[in-house]
Amino acid sequence: MKFISEYRDSRSAEAVANAIRHEARRNYTFMEVCGGHTAAIHRFGIPSILPPEIKLLSGPGCPVCVTPLGYVNKAVALSLERDVIITSFGDLIRVPGSSSSLWDAKASGADVRIVISALDAVDLAAANPDKKVVFMGIGFETTAPGTAAAINRAAGEDLKNFCVLSGHKIMPPAMEAVIREGTAIDGFICPGHVATITGSSVFDFIPRKYGLGCVVSGFEPADILLSILMLVRQVNSSAPACEIEYSRVVTAEGNLKAKALMNKVFQPEDSEWRGLGNISLSGLGIHDAFRYYDASVLFDGLTGEEEGEENPSCLCGEVLRGRKRPSDCRLFAKSCTPENPAGACMVSSEGACNAFYRFKKDA
Amino acid sequence: MADVSAGGAIFRAGLQMLDDVKPGDYVLLHAGFAIQKIDEEEALETIRLLGEIQQAGSGEL
Repeated sequence: MKFISEYRDSRSAEAVANAIRHEARRNYTFMEVCGGHTAAIHRFGIPSILPPEIKLLSGPGCPVCVTPLGYVNKAVALSLERDVIITSFGDLIRVPGSSSSLWDAKASGADVRIVISALDAVDLAAANPDKKVVFMGIGFETTAPGTAAAINRAAGEDLKNFCVLSGHKIMPPAMEAVIREGTAIDGFICPGHVATITGSSVFDFIPRKYGLGCVVSGFEPADILLSILMLVRQVNSSAPACEIEYSRVVTAEGNLKAKALMNKVFQPEDSEWRGLGNISLSGLGIHDAFRYYDASVLFDGLTGEEEGEENPSCLCGEVLRGRKRPSDCRLFAKSCTPENPAGACMVSSEGACNAFYRFKKDA
Repeated sequence: MADVSAGGAIFRAGLQMLDDVKPGDYVLLHAGFAIQKIDEEEALETIRLLGEIQQAGSGEL
């Protein structure tokens, strides 16, 4: 497999891990922001070949995990409306709301369908003119342009029965919130696919303003290890910077076409994050020009928006801020498992609890 | 739209975010869209760097 196997070569991984061991002079804590990195790190057993000086913390970059309870409750309420088809990426469906998940709603008769692409939801709307198709738009700068493309297409085709419940968020404000909370870290392994869209320049403020290193990383083992080595070198030389390891897809300026689509369809708004609370201008609301495609406008006044109570025993919020590890939670691997999740971090394959459960339950 | 092979499975991918893609190109596929073309030169540069680290490591042992 071109462009994959080369970065999974065990000799490369070992050599980079040795270089990290050789160059480590103190203890280092790095946060991998992206849920995809969390999953890759555990899947490939990265912690097992790192020297003890390197500690990795999971951050707030799992889309499903940071989606607040209120959004899930609203999605469930929408699914119970007449003539509505809910379309969603697969993992959101199993996230527990206050009283039920979309999965439970589907079991009691709601029309809830899993799609791979936002465009599938547009196709479904075109094929079902007597139904209202609502797409659950969640995720960061990686999925937001896709939602934007879907809305743009629906508008272009003058499709009247398609809309989006936007829970989209952007990454940099959440990383700044983590820093400001005082989570002790020495640098960020920055999200590679977010940066593919935004460009690495959105992270430039982190070394400049907070003196913390940033390396935009790929998702194969050699990529992640190389990024850690680059961060160790930044700390050792007291020269924090924003560097790109994942240079085969990431540039400083990103994907201009995708960014233009996002800017056309979305506008910044304040957004609620599980674990981090409300963060100013960290969300992507649907632009006034596309109000007709905004489910929160169309279904305004729908009940079920109340925040409700999070399960008080669930440490998902603390895990997302890098304050606790999954194994610190007393529900972990007992009453909370991927089959029967109590919290969002156990639902998604990108969630820290899910990754810990699948790959290092005993750790 | 394009057909993209990933790990042997064929996915339909939206091409709304890319210009100038042609059959045979390697792309990064994310949530149903091709979000970037793989830059072959940069990909090889990273592989070369990994090779250098291996070389340096074996020299020290």
